[in-house]
Formats: sequence, C-alpha cells, structure tokens
Amino acid sequence: MKLTVNGTEVNIESEADTPLLWVLRDELDLVGTKYGCGMAQCGACTVHLAGQPIRSCVTPVSAAEGKAVETIEGQTDAAGLSAVQRAWLETDVAQCGYCQSGQIMVATALLKKNPAPTDQQIDTAMAGNVCRCGTYPRIRKAVHLAAKLIATEALV
Amino acid sequence: MSHSSMTAGLSRRQFVQAGGALLFAAECPITFASKANAAGGGAMMNSFVRIDPSNVITMLANHSEFGNGAYTVMTMMLAEELDVDYRAIQVEAAPTSPDYYSPLFREYLTAGSVTTGSTWLPMRTAGAKARAMLIDAAAQDWGVAQAELSTEAGMVHHLATKRQISYGQLIDSIHRLKIMPPETVSLKDPSEFKVLGKPTKRYEGAAKVDGSAQFGIDLKLPGMLHGAIARPPVHGGRVVSFDATAALKMPGVVKVKAIGAGVVVLAKSYWQAQKARGELNITWDRGDNDGVSSEQFYSDYRALAEQPGILAEDIGDALGALSGADRVIESVYEMPLLAHATLEPLNCIAQVSENACTIWSGTQYQSNDQEVISRFLGIPQEHVTVHRPLMGGSFGRRSSKTADFTVEAVEAAMGESVPVKIIWSREEDIRSGHYRPLFVHKMRGSLDASGMPDAWHQVAVGQSLMQGSKHDPAYMVRGIDIYSLDGCLQEPFGVFPYGTSYQIPHHRVESHNAPRVGIVPQEWRSVGHTHTGIAYECFLDELADAGEIDPLELRLRLTKDHARMNRVLRVLREKSQWDEPLGAGRGRGMASRIYSVSPIAQAVEISVADNGDFTIDRVVCVLDCGFAVNPLGIEGQVEGGIAFGLGGAAFGNIDIVNGEVQQSNFHDYPVIRMPQMPKVEVHILPSDEPPTGVGEQATAPIAPAVANALFNATGRRVRRFPLSSQGFKLV
Ligand code: FES
Ligand code: FES
Repeated sequence: MKLTVNGTEVNIESEADTPLLWVLRDELDLVGTKYGCGMAQCGACTVHLAGQPIRSCVTPVSAAEGKAVETIEGQTDAAGLSAVQRAWLETDVAQCGYCQSGQIMVATALLKKNPAPTDQQIDTAMAGNVCRCGTYPRIRKAVHLAAKLIATEALV
Repeated sequence: MSHSSMTAGLSRRQFVQAGGALLFAAECPITFASKANAAGGGAMMNSFVRIDPSNVITMLANHSEFGNGAYTVMTMMLAEELDVDYRAIQVEAAPTSPDYYSPLFREYLTAGSVTTGSTWLPMRTAGAKARAMLIDAAAQDWGVAQAELSTEAGMVHHLATKRQISYGQLIDSIHRLKIMPPETVSLKDPSEFKVLGKPTKRYEGAAKVDGSAQFGIDLKLPGMLHGAIARPPVHGGRVVSFDATAALKMPGVVKVKAIGAGVVVLAKSYWQAQKARGELNITWDRGDNDGVSSEQFYSDYRALAEQPGILAEDIGDALGALSGADRVIESVYEMPLLAHATLEPLNCIAQVSENACTIWSGTQYQSNDQEVISRFLGIPQEHVTVHRPLMGGSFGRRSSKTADFTVEAVEAAMGESVPVKIIWSREEDIRSGHYRPLFVHKMRGSLDASGMPDAWHQVAVGQSLMQGSKHDPAYMVRGIDIYSLDGCLQEPFGVFPYGTSYQIPHHRVESHNAPRVGIVPQEWRSVGHTHTGIAYECFLDELADAGEIDPLELRLRLTKDHARMNRVLRVLREKSQWDEPLGAGRGRGMASRIYSVSPIAQAVEISVADNGDFTIDRVVCVLDCGFAVNPLGIEGQVEGGIAFGLGGAAFGNIDIVNGEVQQSNFHDYPVIRMPQMPKVEVHILPSDEPPTGVGEQATAPIAPAVANALFNATGRRVRRFPLSSQGFKLV
C-alpha cells in the first residue's frame, strides 16, 4: 500500500486495518502524532487527510491509501515553523506538550477555513481536543495570534 | 538538547568514587569522569553542572519534567548565577543516585510541588560556584585580579585589556590548574536578577510545537517488542489459566505469557499486540475485591464518621460548645474516586539481563522504581538504571509507590533478549489505575452571638495514602495520615508546618483510616486538599450563611492573625469586585487554602440556567508563592491547576460495582474541555519570601469556590460530588 505522508510517497507494510496512528508511529517513526484514547475522544492523534483534520486512531490506514497525509512533522518546512507553531511558541502554550501536536493540527485546519475565528468558534472547533494540563486559555490566545500572523504575512 | 541520560557522557559510578561522599548541591570537589574526558575533556564543575571544552554547558536535572516547568525554573536558576542564556544549557536527567535525592524527601522524587523551593539554593549555588571557578581560571591565565573580571553570556571578560574567553575554553585551564570549587560563594541579590522573576518561556517549548519532544511512549530501541496487557476485571484479580491459540495466530504476535499484572501479548508493533489481546481467552480469579462497590464505600464511611476517630486536634472544647449551642449546623460531604488520566498513557520500556535491568520510564519517582525493581529481580539497586524522558502529564500518577507500571514491564521483559515496551490503553488507565481515594467528611459547627464560627467538629473517613508504606514514619502521626486532614487543622501537624490560617475558638478534628480494599489510593494533584478543601471551605460557607456574614468577610475576620492569607483575601476582594452585586441567575463563591505554606484564594462568578446547566464566567485567583521565579510559568500552572480541579469537581467520578470500575475512556470519564474552561485572572502577590511551588496550589480552592457559587446562585448546596451527579452540568 502506498501513502503520501508530508509530501513523500511511502510504502506501507502494516495490515490494512491498522489505524493510521500506529502506522505513522510504529512503522514510519513519525511519533509527533500521539495516542491518547484510541476512540476519537481526545484529538491527540489528529492529522490532516486530504486537507481535513481526522482522528488517525480510528482511521484504518487503508482509508488513507493514495491520499495526502499531513502530520505535525510536516508543519515545519525549510522556512521554519508554521505561523500556528510560532504563535504557540510565542504564547508559551505547552505544558507537558503531549496534546499540542493535535491542537496545532486542528487549529491549522480551522484557520484555513476561518481566517479570523471568534472565541466561540475556536471553542467549538477545538472542543474535541483534550488538554489535561489545562492550557486552554493560552490555546485560545495562540489561535488569535496565529490568525494575525497569517493575515499580516499574506500581505507581504 | 538531551532529555534523558541515555546520552550521558559520564559514568555516575566513577564520579561518585572519585568524588567521595557527595552531598547535595555543589559541595563536591571537581571530578573528571573518564567518559567525559574521552568525549573531549569535559569538567564536572559540581553535581549539577558539566562544561565541555566545546562550550556545551549541561545541567543534570534531578526533578522530572511533566509539564510542571521543572526544567525551565532549574535552568533559569543556573543561568542566573552562571551568566549564560538559560536556553543554551543542555539538560540531562540526573542519574538515580543519592547525590540527586530531594533533600526534603531523601528520595529521587518530584512531588508535592517542591521543585522550585528545593532547588532554589542548590541550583543557584551550583551556578555561582561554577562561575567562581571559571573566573579563578581566567584570572590565573591572564595574571589579573579576579575582581577585574566579569561574566556575560557564557564568556569571561577583562574590560581593561578587552580580553574575553568562553567558558568552554577555560576548561583545560581548570584541569591544568587543578582549580577547586570555593567553599562558599555569594549568590546574587534579587535586585541584580536578570532572569529570575522575569516572565520566561518554557525551556523545552520549541520541541513541544514541532512534534520533536520525546516522551516515553515515543522511544524505540533496536529489536524492541511491544506489549499489551490484559488486566483482571477486578483490582487484585489473578490469572487462573488462559488460552492464547487464537492470539498467537494473529499477525506480528511473538509470545503470550502470564505475569503478575495479567496476560501480556508481545508483538512486533503495539497495534498488533493490542489487537491480539482481544483474542485471548482468560479465566480470572477475581480475588478479594470482587464484592467491592463505591456505594458501599460511601455507606461504610458514613457509618464510620458517626464513630469517634483518632483525635488529631482538639482546641478549646468543641464537643462542649456544640452540646450547649442553640443551633448546630451539620453536613456530610462525599467525594468520589478520581482517576488521573494523564494524556500520555502510562508506559515503560524495560530490558533485563542476567544481573542488570534498564528501564526507560516517564516517572516522578525513580529511586522507588529502582528499589522496587531491585527487590523484584533480586539484583543490587545500583544495577537498575532508570532513563527518564519527558512525560505527557503526571498529576501524581507517575509517583507510584508500588511502581506498578514499571515493574510489570520488567516482568514482561524477563526472559526476552530484547527490550519490551508496555503501553497502557486509555481503558486500562481508567479501569486499572490508582485513584484519589473516596472520602467522607462529617461536619458540625455552631456560631457565637455575633454569627461567627464558634465550634467546629470534623470527622474525616477515607483510605490513607501513606499507611503501611515506607513513608509511614514521616507522614503518619499517631495513626493519622496527615494528608487525609491536609488543610483541616489550625495548628501545624507532623511535618506540615502550617495550619488553616483560620482561628476558630473550639476546633476538633478526627480521622478514620478506611480499610485498604478495592483500589490502590494515590496522590492526585493537590492531594488531601482535593477532598479536605471541599469539606472545609464549603462547610465554612454554610456557617457564613447561617451567621449571615459574607463568606469573604468571614474569612478576613478568621485570618486577622495570619498576615499572608489576610493580604491575599484583601486583594481578592478588590480584584474580583467582590462587593458589586451580580444579576439574576448569577452567583459568586470563593475559597481559600494554604498549600504547603503558601496562601491562595479564588473567587468565581457563574451563571446557572433553570435546568442546572452552568457556565463559569470568571475565576479570579490571588496567590502568594513567595518570590515568583517565573511569573509566566506560574500563570500557566494556575490555569492548569484550576482546569484540573474543575474537571474533577464538575464531572470526575470513578464508580466501582462488583469490584469492577465502570468507566473506561473520556466519553464516560469526562474531563474539562475548551468550551468549559473559564477565563482566569491571576494575581501573584510580590514577596521576598523564598519561592514555593505552584503546581498544585491552584487546584485546591477551585472545587469549593464553584460549589459555593452554585449555592449563592441557586440556594442549593452540593454535598456529594461531582457536581454533575447533583444536577449541575458545567457547559
Ligand atoms: S487518540 Fe485519537 S482521538 Fe484520542
Ligand atoms: S499540554 Fe499537557 S495535555 Fe496539553
């Protein structure tokens, strides 16, 4: 089976029903995507599949065949961290950091659809992502900052 | 950045032998480890600091980083005195050696929010002594007086001759000149601080936005097998027999075997192991806890609370005052079992050879892991090596006294030639965990003529955390677990050097240790306060209401002799606009606690709908944590501590029926999510007192503050938690 992960085509040997999460982590060594619940309850495993945020813990790898998968590792390119990642860093969001790959992937997808979300829109979009450390206030702040960064950078 | 000692360029054993008996902090003579020499002549300046000629400065961290900010505050302290950028310091998890034990616990343990306080002097001293040696070397090399030299950003400068040299370049001179650490060294005056006290971003923050931070669950060793454990349905159950025929036919499965924790499937990948586990046929002996239920706990504990307990404190004559009072207010508060649910599920990698064992484990408590494993394997303690990666949350769960999640990995790895990694599924974490014990507090009180509390009688019932453990001598006083009553006693008790901060003339508190059955009790962020805070602060609110005194005013009067708490409360009154009326359907509540010695108070504003749905509109938190080492980190810990306590109070609940935990994942063990998270305003009071930790402080008052606000808004008093079980749903 072939997948395109962060722009690179890879060959997959895992069984077809293996959740994409475990293929990424155990077969491709892309461990930035995290396991938190295994039943679409926490968002730690969020990646983009064909541009949409999905829970990779409940997505069999076969469902990703031939589609583009983007993980947290793909958010940083030659130019450096993405605007969302920079906003996260600037706002000092992370505590333990374990949920943050998933949070960043969801926020990135949100800002693509809605470049200037309100607090309430942020809350709704991110309600599926658990942070046991309670970094929610800073996540809100960071999403607003990322929106600003993206908007200003689009101008230049 | 190296977060574990996997890459340690230094053999601890050689260091210890060469250095002789080492004390904590920077008391050791300079010692050179052969490996470090081989790697380029690095110098151990003291227990905590190594400087390599290539100018790499390494801090050996003797506290765990699980989101608490340990690595940030510790590098800040070192950086301040050593005059380097805190982010230029490499962090290495210090080895499990007594040299690195916490001076407070005498163990290698990160708990009780002690990291900032207990490293405050040792880490700064380590930096200052290392700096003094570098100055000494440069002065001798250049033939100038030490007083003419200054340091900045990892360089020694001689301004008069415009000479400068990096710390790393001085290491050869330190070797050659045989420079020893000074006996004493003076630390910077707070007025000179460039780093300490300034809002400072998380040391390892960058690795936590690009996915590169390595948690235990992320580690992979050559040839490693992955294990998934089928655990007994009842705590303490045992495997009678199992049939693995089907499981062994599943792809990737290498072996199935029974261990103490259950039946472990070893496979080439975790998913294969987890999937094959579902194919096992296991006959369980359900053991002694088969009949246990949490409802039975409640009714047994309620009955016990009617009986006299072990007397912890008896100030004045509470029983006499209550029997003579016109009106006695009585309440029973009930707090459920709670799971920690760290977002990174428990995991551990173990490799076992003939006479040695190595584990890679996200642990708060590595000296205990080492001890338990050495006993289990019958090998010397120093043959057990613990590598400590970053942790995805901890909240007390990773300070397991039984070392449950490490020793089972060791058992699974026994007889295997490769390392074995065990990951707990979320279901295992919720069902087979250790829990904040269930507690019942029986409260009685009466008022004086002015309406102020006159007599207080409290009986606490719950499973002890410390009874029978190796901490028993330090934390049990006359059979009373001091954590069971944390924040309930007016006078200092045992090793806790503080009281409630309140003065009630007649104050009697008793305790019962409930039988140790059904579960393993475990510290949960803010420990005793998670239940004592609710009982004490809600009942105080009941007395305030009965005496028709404003609850904040009541606490101001009760703390008139406790300057630090009184100041916190005065600021809270002002910052929360406490005296301004709220509209219909809204309510306000507050609570104040002493966590360790440090006072904290919170006021919350809520809106409640007719159906009981409520939102928390605002939390104002005022705290005094001594000198605020990193205000940015403190704000984060306060927000996080509030989120954690709030989730527990709002819907945290573990039920046991017929010995089996009923909850299993985040759908039935809900935790707080983004829409429910209130706005939090944090006010850190300036202080010259030594710093104290804040990781748990803010968790203590939030539950009672919210319950008191619900009463204020609706007139309904919640006495059994979580709030959701009483018709109040946080939305
Ligand atoms: S691990 Fe996929 S949503 Fe929790
Ligand atoms: S930062 Fe720890 S779970 Fe979110």
